[in-house]
Order: sequence, then structure tokens, then C-alpha cells
Amino acid sequence: MTIAQIWIAFTTILVKEVRRFTRIWAQTMLPPAITMALYFVIFGNLIGPRIGEMGGYNYMDFIVPGLIMMSVITNSYANVVSSFFGMKFQRSIEEILVSPVPNSIVLLGYVAGGVARGLAVGFIVTLLSLGFTDLQVHHIGVTATMVLLTAVVFSLGGFINAVYATKFDDISIVPTFVLTPLTYLGGVFYSISLLPEFWQGVSKINPILYMVNAFRYGILGVSDVDIRVSYGMVMIFIVLLFSFSLYLLNRGKGIRS
Amino acid sequence: MTPALQIRNLKKTYDNGFEALKGIDLSVEQGDFYALLGPNGAGKSTTLGIVSSLVNKTSGEVSIFGYDLSRDLVRAKSCLGVVPQEINFNQFEKVRDILVTQGGYYGIAAAEAGETADFYLKKLGLWDKRDEAARMLSGGMKRRLMIARALIHKPRLLILDEPTAGVDIELRRSMWQFLREINAQGTTIILTTHYLEEAEALCRNIGIIDKGSILANTSKQDLLRQLHTETFILDTDYSGSDDPEMEGFSARCMGEGSLEVDVDKSQSINTLFKALDQRGITVASFRAKANRLEELFLTLVESGLNAPENDHKGVAQS
Repeated sequence: MTIAQIWIAFTTILVKEVRRFTRIWAQTMLPPAITMALYFVIFGNLIGPRIGEMGGYNYMDFIVPGLIMMSVITNSYANVVSSFFGMKFQRSIEEILVSPVPNSIVLLGYVAGGVARGLAVGFIVTLLSLGFTDLQVHHIGVTATMVLLTAVVFSLGGFINAVYATKFDDISIVPTFVLTPLTYLGGVFYSISLLPEFWQGVSKINPILYMVNAFRYGILGVSDVDIRVSYGMVMIFIVLLFSFSLYLLNRGKGIRS
Repeated sequence: MTPALQIRNLKKTYDNGFEALKGIDLSVEQGDFYALLGPNGAGKSTTLGIVSSLVNKTSGEVSIFGYDLSRDLVRAKSCLGVVPQEINFNQFEKVRDILVTQGGYYGIAAAEAGETADFYLKKLGLWDKRDEAARMLSGGMKRRLMIARALIHKPRLLILDEPTAGVDIELRRSMWQFLREINAQGTTIILTTHYLEEAEALCRNIGIIDKGSILANTSKQDLLRQLHTETFILDTDYSGSDDPEMEGFSARCMGEGSLEVDVDKSQSINTLFKALDQRGITVASFRAKANRLEELFLTLVESGLNAPENDHKGVAQS
């Protein structure tokens, strides 16, 4: 295939993915918007004023970056895992497998679809947050790159989950039992400086902590961790997960007999 | 001329140890209309799955128009269109979107793919359904949609895995006509089918596969020449209960005037009617018990089953 043909194949997958999650917006985009609005009302408006300051900011301002990042993480992951597994389940994955589109482009297309949904939901949540706080961006470059790279990481994670999944239960196990706890314990609602030293150490094993804090740095200018470590960690995750995903695709794991 | 499809010593053993293909050789010439026949579990779908890159081979070589699947996969795939046995499109997508998206996977811009899609939607009677979700289509329409999808990139080789399964007779005939047309325009076609009438009506060359081995791979005419006896069912006024004796023919009484008669290929139907006339039996109607290919198919498969090792590779090679 020529470069132009590969580009068409990539955009075809991306457009198909965007069409899919916008067609079922009531399942994909509305629920996170409602959930996050409730977080803003309950944790920000009702409980927040009693908590006082966190990291030098009022509690509402402190949790907004974490909640935006949480919606990006869960939605980028959910998009790829449900879409790719759905294609396996309906066997429409065969449409791609018989075509000459390279595996790397298939992977990039699905990741781009996951990133698109993650960023779309993140954007909606950001707009909602403006109804509760006066959002300022401390460093636009850090904010944009960290949200983008994090969406890539979790899109890749969703892809690997979908490759291994053999039934619908399998696509909800990781989000429920791994992703959600790690996100909640990843500094979305609190600064780890509140924790005893031992638990601070334990928290630093959680990769989501680095992503949330780097994003918070981009918006508020404060972070519990060195954002250079965050970038390094995210990049390492992307390289490892992309390589492993491509290896699975090339082997035909879960998609070829 | 380079064959449209060349398979050499293709083997496939699944993870559970089942040996689906035992080293088959197959060659399909460009422009051919070829049928790959075999009973359920014979290895047809595994063979076509490997050719379509949906199944990983264990060993052997497959090339499409000279492009080896292991070394030149992209070009090999570009030549190939596949109509699978099972419905395998996203049922929630709109009919036209399915076709345009498939074109995109082959690097065809949406405008160009849209034109081709519109042509086939009209040609295959799906134009009125173009903006409906695919799940709203009838079974026959879904099959036609899969044919249109397989043709969106104008492949040189079209593989159809039981394309008319579950399709009514009228629609089946119109699909035959359509397939004849695209074959006449130069597209090589390989199909598997359980309707042997379909293979006899459409195909010039036929391969018969069973238990992972090729039992026959030759022209339809050569294959039919191997058929020594054909059985006819006659509705007559014969009122006896014993088998009637007729010179030169073996006849069996099936009750209520129905006779089953074996006719050797060296004999003519006229001779049969003369023999019946001599016995004073009047024939109201008659028909072949099974179509010719079906009889041959059963003979070959049965002989394959009875063979001690069942490892022969073909009755004849074309």
C-alpha cells in the first residue's frame, strides 16, 4: 500500500470508531458527563467547602484535573475494549483481517478512536467544570501532552484486554477491579502528602498517580510527583504496550485460528 | 500463466490436535470458476480461511496471483475478495457505510468507494436499503451485501464460502447470473457449496476434499465422465410388489408404481423406455434420483472413507 492508501485506511478506522461512539452517545458520552457533574456537586460544592484547601487550592479546584483525567482514562480504555471485542464477537474484525491494511495501522486506528473518545469526554467534563469553578491553565503544553499520552496508554490497555477477552465479562473485569481502584487511589481526590510515609511509598507504585499529578500540574501548577518522572513513565508504558499489542496482532492472538 | 491460486503441501493442525489439512495441493487458473466441495468438516473452510488470512497455516505455501502469503501478504490480499459463510459485518452500521468503510481498508478514498458501492447496491437490489442498519436486512439481502462488500476493491480473485446457503431458489438463480457475469468479466471465482446443482451449473473445474485430503481436482466434464451409473426414479402404472425384471437394467420397486432404475452410461434412456414398453409398463414421469455431481461426490467421499489410509491426494489432476 502507498502512504496515501495507508492514510486512508487509518482515517477509515478512526472515522468508523468516532461514528460508533457518537451514534451511541447516550451510552458513551452522557453517563460520564452525569457522573462527573455529580462529583462536582457532591464533592466540590457540598463536601468541598468543609474540607478546605488541598495542595494550596480550594478542594473543588484541586479535584477538577483529577476528575477530567479519570474520565479520559476510563473512556479511552472503554472505547477500545468494547469496540474491538464487539468486532471479535460479531466477527466483523474479519473485514479488516482480510484487507491489506498493516497491523500497525489497525492498532493506531483503534488507539486513535480510543483517544478521540477519551478527549471528547474529557472536553465535556472540562466544560461542565466551568459551571463550578474558574478553571485556569498553568501550563498548556503539559496539560495537552499529558492528557493525550494518558489516553494513548489506556487505549492500548483496552486493546490488549479486548484481544484476550473471550466473553463480555472479560471486558469489565479490568475496568472494575483494576482501573477504578487505581484511579481512585491515584490522587484524584487527595494529595498523597496527606498519607503516612509508608502509604505514600505504596501510592508511588500506582502509575495513574503520575498521570493525574502531571495533568494537575498542567492546570494548577502543583504536583505530588516530579512530572519528568510522569513523562518518562507514560512513554515507557506506551512503548511497551504498543509493542506487545502489535506482537499480539501479528500472532493473531484471539482473532485468528 | 500464473495461477490465480496456488497451494502447495498445505497443512493445518489446530491447537486441540485436530489435523484439518494433511498437505493439500491445489491450483486454480486465472479466469476459472472453481468449486471446492466436501462434506462438513472436510477442510474447505480451513483452506479458504488460510487463503483469506483468517486462519494461520501450520506449514505449506499459498500464493495468490504469484504473491506468496508469507512474503508478499499485502499484495496477495489486495487481489482477494472474500464472502464468508457466516454473516460477519457490524449489524448496527448502515448498509452503504459498510461498503465504503471496507473500501477504506483497501486504501480507496470514500468518494471512489462510494461510487463502486452505489453500483453494486443497485446491481444487487440493495439500493433502497442503503441507509438502513444492516440488521434490518433479510437473510438473502445480507448475503448480497457481503458479496458487494467483497467486490468493493475490484478483486481479481473472489472466494465465496457457501454464498447461497439459506437463500430462496429465485434469489439463488439471480445470484448465479450475477456471479457468471463477473466471472465473464475476468474475475476468478472459487466457491464452496452444499448445493451440488450449483457447482454443476456454475463451475468449470471442481476439487473434492474430505478429511483434509484432496480426493479429486479436475474439470467438471472429466469428473462427470467418471460417473458410470445414474439412477432414475420413474412414476409408472406398475402394480406389482416385486422388482420388475427388465433386460439390461436393474430396477427396484419402491411401491405405488414408483420404480428406481440404474442406467449405465453406455446405455441410453431410449433403451430403458423400450425395455419398459416390452414389460407393458407405462411411464407418467421420471427424474434423476440425485444430480450427477451429487452421485459422483457421494461415490468419491464414500470411497475415500473406505480407503485404508485415506491419504490419496486426488483422482486426477487438471
